[in-house]
Amino acid sequence: MTEFLQLLFQGLSLGATYALVALGFAVVYRSSGVINFAQGAMLLLGAYAISWLAVDLGVAFGLAVLAATIVLALGGAGLHALVLRRVVGQPTFVLVMITIGVGIAVTHGVEAAFGPDRRLLGDPWGSSAFEAGGVVVNTVKVWGIAVTALALAAYFAFDRYTRWGLAMQATAADEEATLSVGVPVRRVHAATWAMAGALATLGGLFLAGFPGAPQPALGDAALRAFPAVVVGGLGSPVGAVVGGVLIGVIEVLTSGYAPESLGTNFYAVAPYIAMIAILLVRPYGLFGARPVERV
Amino acid sequence: MNALEVRDLTLRFGAVTAFEGVSFDVERGELFAVIGPNGAGKSSLFNALSRVYEPGAGSVRLEGRDFLRVRRDRLAALGVARSFQNLGVFPHLTVLENVLVGRHHLMRCGVLRGGLGLAGREERRHRAAALEALEFVGLGAHRGTPVQLLPYGHRKRVELARCLAMEPRLMLLDEPVAGMNAGERAEITALVRRLREERELTVLLVEHDMGMVMEVADRVLVLDFGVPIACGTPAEIQCDERVIRAYLGEELDDRVAA
Repeated sequence: MTEFLQLLFQGLSLGATYALVALGFAVVYRSSGVINFAQGAMLLLGAYAISWLAVDLGVAFGLAVLAATIVLALGGAGLHALVLRRVVGQPTFVLVMITIGVGIAVTHGVEAAFGPDRRLLGDPWGSSAFEAGGVVVNTVKVWGIAVTALALAAYFAFDRYTRWGLAMQATAADEEATLSVGVPVRRVHAATWAMAGALATLGGLFLAGFPGAPQPALGDAALRAFPAVVVGGLGSPVGAVVGGVLIGVIEVLTSGYAPESLGTNFYAVAPYIAMIAILLVRPYGLFGARPVERV
Repeated sequence: MNALEVRDLTLRFGAVTAFEGVSFDVERGELFAVIGPNGAGKSSLFNALSRVYEPGAGSVRLEGRDFLRVRRDRLAALGVARSFQNLGVFPHLTVLENVLVGRHHLMRCGVLRGGLGLAGREERRHRAAALEALEFVGLGAHRGTPVQLLPYGHRKRVELARCLAMEPRLMLLDEPVAGMNAGERAEITALVRRLREERELTVLLVEHDMGMVMEVADRVLVLDFGVPIACGTPAEIQCDERVIRAYLGEELDDRVAA
């Protein structure tokens, strides 16, 4: 039982981080129909920015996180203003290709600047932990869950209680019509990319926390969160969160309970198996908008 | 002051002239229609007036203000609403949400005030206004239906309700009955007429359908090959020789005689 609770806690904590990453995907997809393959690179960049500020420059950790989040948000908006805005009118596919290119460039840029080795994150928690009811609780995981909950609450409040939530959905459907009702479409896009940058930084922060570390392979975590987006339903923020938690729990439980005959890395495959199983039953994900057609 | 003053408006695509030297005034509260045979430049003129195309020369003044220099996302706040020939609705959103988006420029609650919990009252007010617009076009009962489930005529009404919910002073309608069957056409024509009778609105209508225009318009501008050939009341237009010639062609005898 204790082992189960231990794994469940770890799964929830990993799932919370996946939820942040998945929400980053969903936010961009929902307002532009683009699957942002640069999400992993943004996450990597966020983690390195925090590490650089906190370790190399000695900035207080909380401040380093705040600064990195803001810089990445500006970076996301900048990516839109400098690159993506210029291909307006091209098929979505062109934008997706650009995000792949940007992702590769950023990942290799980070590796060129900081080298291939693991770095220190500079977080005050390190590997510290406490015990609660026989379960070992890492401080970093508690922070991860708390910050994720806060970020998600902020996002959903923004989506529900400001006029921009509806405007973002309208933008994805028809930019010309959205513009005609007075929505500054460019600003909507810039805001979405800024959110993606900020969410990626927070995701990177906790993925790089103990037992992880800032390292070039960190960006691959975005690919591990991808089943979460698909399971939840592309473009559904609620789905991204539910999918994220689900995939996190599945991954950790599999790593704990899968028989050895399946191999040691079976936990990495399990989320994809779950994804395929769910898609067989619900082709548009748990919360995805089923395209309804009149017959 | 006129609602809209168009002076010597000209639009060219390379060497092709879409329209040239178009001038007209639209009075406040008037329903002004632009008609013309296929390829006359109607749609190009509409797109220039809705700022999709940048005209090469000429000026447009909206209640005295230089219309061509306003940022496009500011037009709604200046009281300009438009409909689209091929529909500009948001298929996944519900009917009510589609109309609610039209009130974006009227919504004030941002992150700050929303965070203080002041969004609720404002939202109720906007929902009420959106519902009122839906009732006006007769779609109140469909408020929760995703727009993609509605037939074409209903979708057009959703679009008109959204225009109405924007609380515009000038409404630009781009061929509202294009591609409709007789029943839908009659419904939309009646709706446009009611719009105009019951709301303080100036309407600029670009339309291919002569029957509709003659039924609802106060004044009509006729374009042919990108040039205005006549402007007047529907009755005047109907017996204008140049208009008849533009639509029906010249008689063979005249040409032989000339």
